[in-house]
Amino acid sequence: MRSRPGVVLSFVFLFVLALAAIWPHLFSATDPNAADIQSTLSPPSGQHWFGTDQNGRDIYARVVTGVRLSLLIGVTASALALIAGSAIGVLAAQGGRVLNTVVNRLLDIFLSIPGLLLVLLVIAVLGPGVRNSIIGLALVTTPGYARVVRGEVIRIRGAAYLEAAKALGWSRPQIVLRHLVPNALGPVLVLATIGIGAAISIGSSLSFLGLGPQAPTAEWGAMLSSSRDYFTVAWWPAIFPGLAITATVLAITVAGQFLQLRVEGRSQA
Amino acid sequence: MTALVDVANLDVRFGAVHAVRGISFRIEAGQSVAIVGESGSGKSVTARSLIGLAGRGSTVRADRLDIDGTDARRLPEGRWRRLRGRRVGFVLQDALVSLDPARTVGAEIGEALRTHGTVPRAEVDAKVLDLFRDVGVPQPELRAGQYPHQLSGGLRQRALIASAIAADPALLIADEPTTALDVTVQAQILQLLAHRRAAGTALLLISHDLAVVSTVADYVLVMKDGVFVEQGPTRQVLEDPSHPYTRQLLAAVPVAHARGTRLSPAVGGPVAQPRPETGPEIVLEAKNLIKAYGVITAVDDVSLQLRSGETLGIVGESGSGKTTTARLLLDLETADSGTVDVDGTIWSEIDAKSQRLLRRRIQVVYQDPLSSFDPRYPVHRIVAEPLAVAGVPRAERRARVVALLDQVGLSAQVLDRRPAQLSGGQRQRVAIARALAPEPRVIVCDEPVSALDVSIQAQVLDLLADLQAELGISYVFISHHLGVVYHVSDRVLVMKDGKVVESGDVEQIFHDPRHEYTKSLLAAVPTLKSTEVIR
Amino acid sequence: MRRVASAVLVLWGAVTVTFLALHLIPGSIVDAIIGQSRVTPEIRAQIIQDYSLDKPLWQQYLGYLGRLLHGDLGHSYNQGVAVSTALEQQAGSTFALLLGGVAFALVGSVVVAVATANRPRWIRGPAATAEVVSVAVPSFWLGILLLTVFSFRLHWFPAIGANGFNGLVLPSIALGLAPAAMLSQVLRQGLERVLEEPFIITARARGLRSAAVLLRHALRHAVLPVVTLTGWLVGAFVSGAVVIESVFSRQGLGHLTVGAISQRDFPLVAAIVLISALVYVVVNLAVDALYPLLDPRLRKAPEVVR
Repeated sequence: MRSRPGVVLSFVFLFVLALAAIWPHLFSATDPNAADIQSTLSPPSGQHWFGTDQNGRDIYARVVTGVRLSLLIGVTASALALIAGSAIGVLAAQGGRVLNTVVNRLLDIFLSIPGLLLVLLVIAVLGPGVRNSIIGLALVTTPGYARVVRGEVIRIRGAAYLEAAKALGWSRPQIVLRHLVPNALGPVLVLATIGIGAAISIGSSLSFLGLGPQAPTAEWGAMLSSSRDYFTVAWWPAIFPGLAITATVLAITVAGQFLQLRVEGRSQA
Repeated sequence: MTALVDVANLDVRFGAVHAVRGISFRIEAGQSVAIVGESGSGKSVTARSLIGLAGRGSTVRADRLDIDGTDARRLPEGRWRRLRGRRVGFVLQDALVSLDPARTVGAEIGEALRTHGTVPRAEVDAKVLDLFRDVGVPQPELRAGQYPHQLSGGLRQRALIASAIAADPALLIADEPTTALDVTVQAQILQLLAHRRAAGTALLLISHDLAVVSTVADYVLVMKDGVFVEQGPTRQVLEDPSHPYTRQLLAAVPVAHARGTRLSPAVGGPVAQPRPETGPEIVLEAKNLIKAYGVITAVDDVSLQLRSGETLGIVGESGSGKTTTARLLLDLETADSGTVDVDGTIWSEIDAKSQRLLRRRIQVVYQDPLSSFDPRYPVHRIVAEPLAVAGVPRAERRARVVALLDQVGLSAQVLDRRPAQLSGGQRQRVAIARALAPEPRVIVCDEPVSALDVSIQAQVLDLLADLQAELGISYVFISHHLGVVYHVSDRVLVMKDGKVVESGDVEQIFHDPRHEYTKSLLAAVPTLKSTEVIR
Repeated sequence: MRRVASAVLVLWGAVTVTFLALHLIPGSIVDAIIGQSRVTPEIRAQIIQDYSLDKPLWQQYLGYLGRLLHGDLGHSYNQGVAVSTALEQQAGSTFALLLGGVAFALVGSVVVAVATANRPRWIRGPAATAEVVSVAVPSFWLGILLLTVFSFRLHWFPAIGANGFNGLVLPSIALGLAPAAMLSQVLRQGLERVLEEPFIITARARGLRSAAVLLRHALRHAVLPVVTLTGWLVGAFVSGAVVIESVFSRQGLGHLTVGAISQRDFPLVAAIVLISALVYVVVNLAVDALYPLLDPRLRKAPEVVR
């Protein structure tokens, strides 16, 4: 991590986010849902660091409270997609030609429907809400993981070190467990890390469209959505939740790219 | 008359790396000069500095850097372009990657002509065909419209040379022009370069191979660690080398008189290499192996026997079926017909569990050890892996690993390194240690020294010979390099198009070849002019 | 030919998935169609008959597919018009937005990548940082920021609900910035990798100008992964358009979609999915066709001639 201040900063920020997700009270003692009719849309000040919204609620408190939800959505959706995608990918790679073709076509079908439309369909079926957002997000990101896992398995399967392992006398299951899976896992975990950022981003756009967690839950996308009615008069409700999303996604991306370099660098230097 | 190249005190750095350290040399019109050195010696950087392409992040300094009478120090890019291609042509190692894969070879050659406008635009196409004829490419109209990947290695290299000489430069620089080629093709390309020379073009050859340059160059510069350690007329350098490094390089080349001696330098002249007695016991036997991929028969009726303590060399050019034969011997591939018998057991007659046990008897060393190691593993895990297979308790493995590394001449310091941090020679030693770990009877070596510099090659060959003398292992030694095969083998198989064209005792094959193909292979080997190689 | 067949298969699959999804929703469809308005049982029965809602599901499905094969997209449940009419009214605006976004992404990425590849640290570094940040900014927030700054403060561009070219600028940027940054990263990496290749050194050793080396030799190789990525990004563009239309209060398919899905307007949703999938499939067919043009090694050549 030498001479990479951005990387250090990202890991520190992610640590702070994790703290805020677990113990939001460490960062803000204010009730995120306490409306104060006296001070609606008041600009950032010593009392309200990020100002207040149209209902007089403290935006800083709401941004802090929103951390848990965003991370929950991002991490859970990515984890689900990672598990399902890996299973499908390995199945496609190892399962012979017919299975490979069938899985590929199915993936093609799901990839051909724009991700957001697919999530909207899922939400139409299951209804809006956090849990259903997660399911929808996991569903649309699964094909991507499946593709990558399948590609990795096929790439590694052709590697000379697998043949060398065979020549040493390992059995097939031992080769898969000792060499194939650990080597395929690295790039896929990196992808999943970066995928958390993407899931947070899409998740917030769902809320923005009014299909995520319902009011009055403090959610970044939903806060931005309601800010639109006032942004001719007040800029702050439109700035801070957006900054929160961007910074979170950015930190996750930078951390993920750092891990990627580590994973790739192992084989070089 | 001024020299084409006149360099004094040339110095090239890449940041902290000091690649070239104050060298001086001249190339006169029509002269043929060679720079010889091993990888990292700075020879390629020197060549590239002469056309202003030393590389990204380089700092080039010199007291004098005259190219074709132009002071090339701090030459603006526009002026360099007038020299490149027009006055100095440049040929790189592998034409497959040195010609744009997305353009036809005709377009590449035409580009050189159009850039310098040496012929009117309308005549470019005709001139391209002329150039193809000049470099000996048959059917030029057909070839001009083809892409590099559609040509054979020899034709590609000819096309690349054609593009370099298109604008009729006075000097042709060739950086390892024949390294990627089979020996018969290499001979043709060397002949082509000699023709250019005869036509009046000056040559600067860059090579790691003394034998290659000795056929074409009349002046040799021996480079090591960024300086010339020795220089002089080719004959003098070869016959009467004054610098120890040159002597070491010459001694390391497996030549006729070196057979039976160690290749690595030793005090007081050649040292005899102890060899084990070849035992009566047959440890590996293949009968009538056939393996086809689609319409191509990669291995066509190959039979062989290997006795204990013996080395069987397999030579052949690329595509001759050597590697497929190795894979069949190792049961990494199943033959369409025929059998392989390892130490009395036939692969195809036993179940999978017994096969895994039998694998300990026959191990393998590859050309590229790096790709045969799990990229996550440090050295100690790589060498311990066969022990893990054999169920050696974890606690006992480390001591065994250290002993094995010691046996191949590596200290325990490398235990926790990753292979990517090791040199090519060290990696190959790790691979050999891993192959030794299960105490095999046979090791199949597939081009084990082909990617190594000649002095490292010598060390690895000596190591293999020592291990054989000590442990009585048998080797199947596969190589395209006839000198190496002659040096290590007791008996030899010559392969071509999947068939064994000739086999027998090494002395008989090399001194009294019966088959035409063997004769042509031997004739194509570039020899050190003074010291007769092989024949 | 096989590619076209599999493309048709994908379209069929997409429609089927949509059909299943919308018919899995609990509650009867006829209630969704009627919505809030009060109707007599006769009218209700009439609606059920008009839309064949009384038939078994598989018959509805086959009936829909049959009509689709004749080019009939059906009748919207809620808009009171034929689906094709509803699409005609809205598609133009969305395609304009998509084209604007794609054009911005492609042009922007090529310009940035070519200008910064292999350049000194002080040029390359900021560009690389800007790209990482651009990918992280959610498009809808970017839209809000652009509106705040350029419409409300500076009044350079019309604010909300505007059509025409001027109204397209900000939405196109909001839609295209993140993809542009991704493409630019990939293209620059590709260029820098290619510029180290021996054939580039050979071309330069031939006396070729840097610009000619870059444009004639390097770009062609570096652009391959960009083409691949563009194919993958089609879905992201369409998804993005849905959100951007909402931010800028634009008319269009995205706007239509959100409404149609919440009202379970199956024929309309299916048509929109079908169009999106068609765009995806066509673009990816084009991408596949482009590969061999860019790299002759991928052409199904007659065997190597020796």
